[in-house]
Amino acid sequence: MSVILVLIVTSIIVAIVFLGAFYWAVRSGQYDDTYSPSVRMLFEEKKKKKNEEGAGIVEKV
Amino acid sequence: MRETIEKQQTTCYHCGDECNTGQITADKKDFCCTGCKTVYEILSENELCDYYTLEQNPGVTQKNKTALFDFLDNEEIVRSLLEFSDGKHERITLSIPNIHCSSCIWLLEHLDRLNPGVLDSKVNFSQRRLTVHYNCQEISLRQLAEALDRIGYTPVFNLEKKEKSNSVYQQFDKQLLIKMGIAGFCFGNVMLLSFPDYLGITSLEYNYQVFFRWLNAVLALPVVFYSGWDYFVSAFKSIRQKYANIDVPIALGLVVLFLRSVYEVASQTGSGYFDSLVGLVFFLLIGKWFQNRTYQALSFDRDYKSYFPLAVLKLVGKEYKPIIVNDLEKGDEMLIRNAELIPADSILIDDQAFIDYSFVTGEAEPVQKSKGQYIYAGGRIAGKQARFIIQKPVSQSYLTSLWNEEGYEKKEKSLKLIDRVSQYFTIAIVAIAIVSAVYWQFTDPSKTWLVFTSVLIIACPCALALSTPFTQGSILRVLGKHHLFLKNADVIDDLQKVDTIIFDKTGTITDPKAKQIEFEGEELSDAEASLVVAAVSSSTHPLSRYVKEFLNAEPDVYQIESFEEVTGKGILAVVSGVEVKLGSAKFIGMETLEEAKSSAVYLTVSGKYRGVFNVNNTYRRGLKEVIEELSLANELKLLSGDNDQERAALTQLFPKGTEMQFEQKPDDKLKKVQALQKNGHRVMMFGDGLNDAGALKQSNVGVAITEDISSFSPACDAIMDANAFKKLGSLLSLITEGKTVVIASMAISLMYNVGGITFAVLGILTPLFAAVLMPLSSISVVAFTTAMVRLRAKRKGL
Repeated sequence: MSVILVLIVTSIIVAIVFLGAFYWAVRSGQYDDTYSPSVRMLFEEKKKKKNEEGAGIVEKV
Repeated sequence: MRETIEKQQTTCYHCGDECNTGQITADKKDFCCTGCKTVYEILSENELCDYYTLEQNPGVTQKNKTALFDFLDNEEIVRSLLEFSDGKHERITLSIPNIHCSSCIWLLEHLDRLNPGVLDSKVNFSQRRLTVHYNCQEISLRQLAEALDRIGYTPVFNLEKKEKSNSVYQQFDKQLLIKMGIAGFCFGNVMLLSFPDYLGITSLEYNYQVFFRWLNAVLALPVVFYSGWDYFVSAFKSIRQKYANIDVPIALGLVVLFLRSVYEVASQTGSGYFDSLVGLVFFLLIGKWFQNRTYQALSFDRDYKSYFPLAVLKLVGKEYKPIIVNDLEKGDEMLIRNAELIPADSILIDDQAFIDYSFVTGEAEPVQKSKGQYIYAGGRIAGKQARFIIQKPVSQSYLTSLWNEEGYEKKEKSLKLIDRVSQYFTIAIVAIAIVSAVYWQFTDPSKTWLVFTSVLIIACPCALALSTPFTQGSILRVLGKHHLFLKNADVIDDLQKVDTIIFDKTGTITDPKAKQIEFEGEELSDAEASLVVAAVSSSTHPLSRYVKEFLNAEPDVYQIESFEEVTGKGILAVVSGVEVKLGSAKFIGMETLEEAKSSAVYLTVSGKYRGVFNVNNTYRRGLKEVIEELSLANELKLLSGDNDQERAALTQLFPKGTEMQFEQKPDDKLKKVQALQKNGHRVMMFGDGLNDAGALKQSNVGVAITEDISSFSPACDAIMDANAFKKLGSLLSLITEGKTVVIASMAISLMYNVGGITFAVLGILTPLFAAVLMPLSSISVVAFTTAMVRLRAKRKGL
C-alpha cells in the first residue's frame, strides 16, 4: 500500500512540471495577445515564397 | 435634403465604403478612391490577394492619407526607435492603429513577400503593434514605413515612445495570471488530498492521514504567502489609515484559517480547513481577474506626447532638417507640410495657411490664418505648406499646459460601497466572535478557541467580496460590446454617483462627418448642377467637397477651360465657356448680401447670382432621445467653444432651463467643472477634442467621444465610439441598475454568512461543512450577478 505515497508524490511532481510550463508561458508573453495566434494557425503556406522572382519587383522604393 | 441618387451604388472592394459603380476599377472590382485601388494593385502584383478572401473588405479607406516619413532619415531619431541593431539587422516595434482584423494579421506577417528586405514580422493584435525584423542594408526604416503606409498600414511615431501605462497593466495581468495558476493548482491538489479525510479513513491508514494533512499544509503555503499576499498588504494599509476595507475581514479569515489548520494538523486533532482556505483565495483571484478587463489597444492616459509628432522640419542654415520636437526652441523656424501637425505655439510667417483644428475644437472646417498671426499648437495644416516661428517650446504651449496644470489630483475619492459595508461587517464579525467566545468560556472552556476561530473562518467574506467584481465585470463586458470602453471598473462606481452631465457641442453632440447642406435660391437645372460640380471637382477645399456630394451630378459632361482658386475666398472657373464663381459673398461680388452665420458658399453662373449653399452641423442621431433619457436623473449642461448661433435649435433639444454657455475657452470649461464640484456636484463630461482635455480630466467621469476608436483621444476615464451615442441612455441606466444588483448579491452572501456563523457559534462547524458552504456561496453570488446583469442588459436591448 505504501506505493500510494510514491504515486502521490510522483503525481504532484508531474503536476508541478506543468505548473512550471504555465509559469514559463505567462512570462514569455504567450498570454499577451490571445487573438492573433488563433487566426495565424489558419493561414496557409505561411512564409513560403511562391514566386521568388516576383517578390520585390513592385516595392523598389 | 439630398437629391435622389441615381447612380448605382456599390461598396469598395478594399475598404467597404460606399462608392459608385464603374468609376474607379481594377480587375472588374470597384474602388472608392485611387488610394484603395493602388493598395489592391500592389497586393495583387505580389500575389497577396488572399488578403481579400480572409475577411470581406478588410482594408482601411485611403481617402485621407498623407503621412511623411522623411524624419526617419535622421539617424539619431532612428536610433531612439530601434529595439535592436547590429549594423546589418534591425528590429523595431511599430504602433499601427489600423490593425483590426485577421486579414491585417495575414498581410502584415507576409511583408517579406512584399519586400525581401523584411526578414520576419509579427503582429501583436491586442496592442495593435507590429514587430519587424529587417535587413537594414536592403531596406531602411523610412522605406519600411513608406511601404507600410502604401498598403494602408501607416505606422504612428510619436514622442511617447513606449506607453508606460500599457506595460504596467501587462505586468499586473501577468502576475495575476501566475497567482491564479498557482492557487488553482494547489486548490485541485488539496481538494483531492482532503477527500480521504471526508470519506473516513480507518485507523489502519492513519499514516496516510498524517501524510495527506502535511502535504495539504505544504500546498497551502504558496497560496497564502504568494497568491493571497496582496490581501494582507491591502488590509494592513487600510488599518493604518484607520478604516476597514473589505480586505481586512478577508485577511483576518485567511490568517485564522491558516493558523488553526496548521495547529490542528500539528496537534493531530483534525484535518484543518486547507481546502476552504485555498479555494477561497482561488475564487477571490478569479473575481479580481474578471473585473480587470483591460483594453490594451486603447489608452486612457494619453497626453499631448502621443498626439504630437516625433519630429518637424527646422531651418538649419539654409536647409530644413528633421529635428526632434522636444529640441525645438523659441525663435526656431519650422516648415509644416500638408496634414502635419503644428507642435508649438508659433507665428505664421507665410502669407496664409489653412489650419485644421478639428481635433482641438471638433470643428471640421479648416481655419484660415494670415501672416503674423499667433497660432496655437495642435492644429494640422490643410493644403499648402507653411513656415512658422516658434514662440514657446512644445511643453509650454497653451494646450499642453492644460495637461500639466496642477490640481487634477484632488478628484475626491469616496469610499466604495463594498468598503462602507465592510466597515460594519468587520466590527460585527469581531464582536460576534468575542461574544460567543466569552459565552463558551463560561459554559465549556474547551470550545472557546474553536468557536472563536470558527466564526472568523466562516465569516470570511469571499462571496461578499465577489459580488462587486462580478457585477462590474459583467457590466464592463456589456459596455465593451457596445463600444463604450471604461478605463477600469472603478469608473462604474463613479458613474453611479454622477448627478450633472456636461456636453461639449461641436464634435460631441454634432456629427462631424455628416454635414447638412441646403441650397437657398431657385433650383439649379441639371446642366447648371453639372457645371458647378465640374468647377468644384478641381478644388480640394472641404466646402467644395460638400457641394459636390450635395449636387451629385455628372462631372465629366463639361470641359474645364480655366480654373483659379483664391485661397480663403473662393473659386473662379470657366467651364465650357460658362463662368462659374463660388465662394464668399464678397468674392463673387455680392457685397450687399449679408454674410450668413454658418459656412456659406455663394454661387454665380455667368455673372448671375444663383443662390447660396448653406452648410450646417447636424446633430448626432438619437440625440433627442438620449437627452430625454439622461435628463430624467441628471442635470444637463452645455459648454461650447463656438458662438451661440445654434442656441435656438439647442434650446428645443435640451430640457427647459438647461444652462448653455457659448464661446467657452478650454480653461473656462475646466473652471466650470471645478466650480460645480465645489458645490457638491458629481460631474460627467462628454467631450471630443483637445480643448476638452482639461475638463475631461477634472470631471469625475470624463468620456471622450471618437469617430475612430484607434485614433487619438484625450486623457479620460472612458472612450466611446460615436456610433454608440444613441445607446447612451440605456448604457448609463444599466450602470445605475448595477448598484441594485450589487446590493442584492451582497444580501445573498450575508445570508450565507448568517447561516454559517450560526453553526460556528454553536460550535458545530466542521471542515467539510466549511468546504461546501464557502464555494457554494461564492458560486451562487457569481451566477446571480452575471445572470442579473445579462438579463437587465437584454431587457434594454443591449
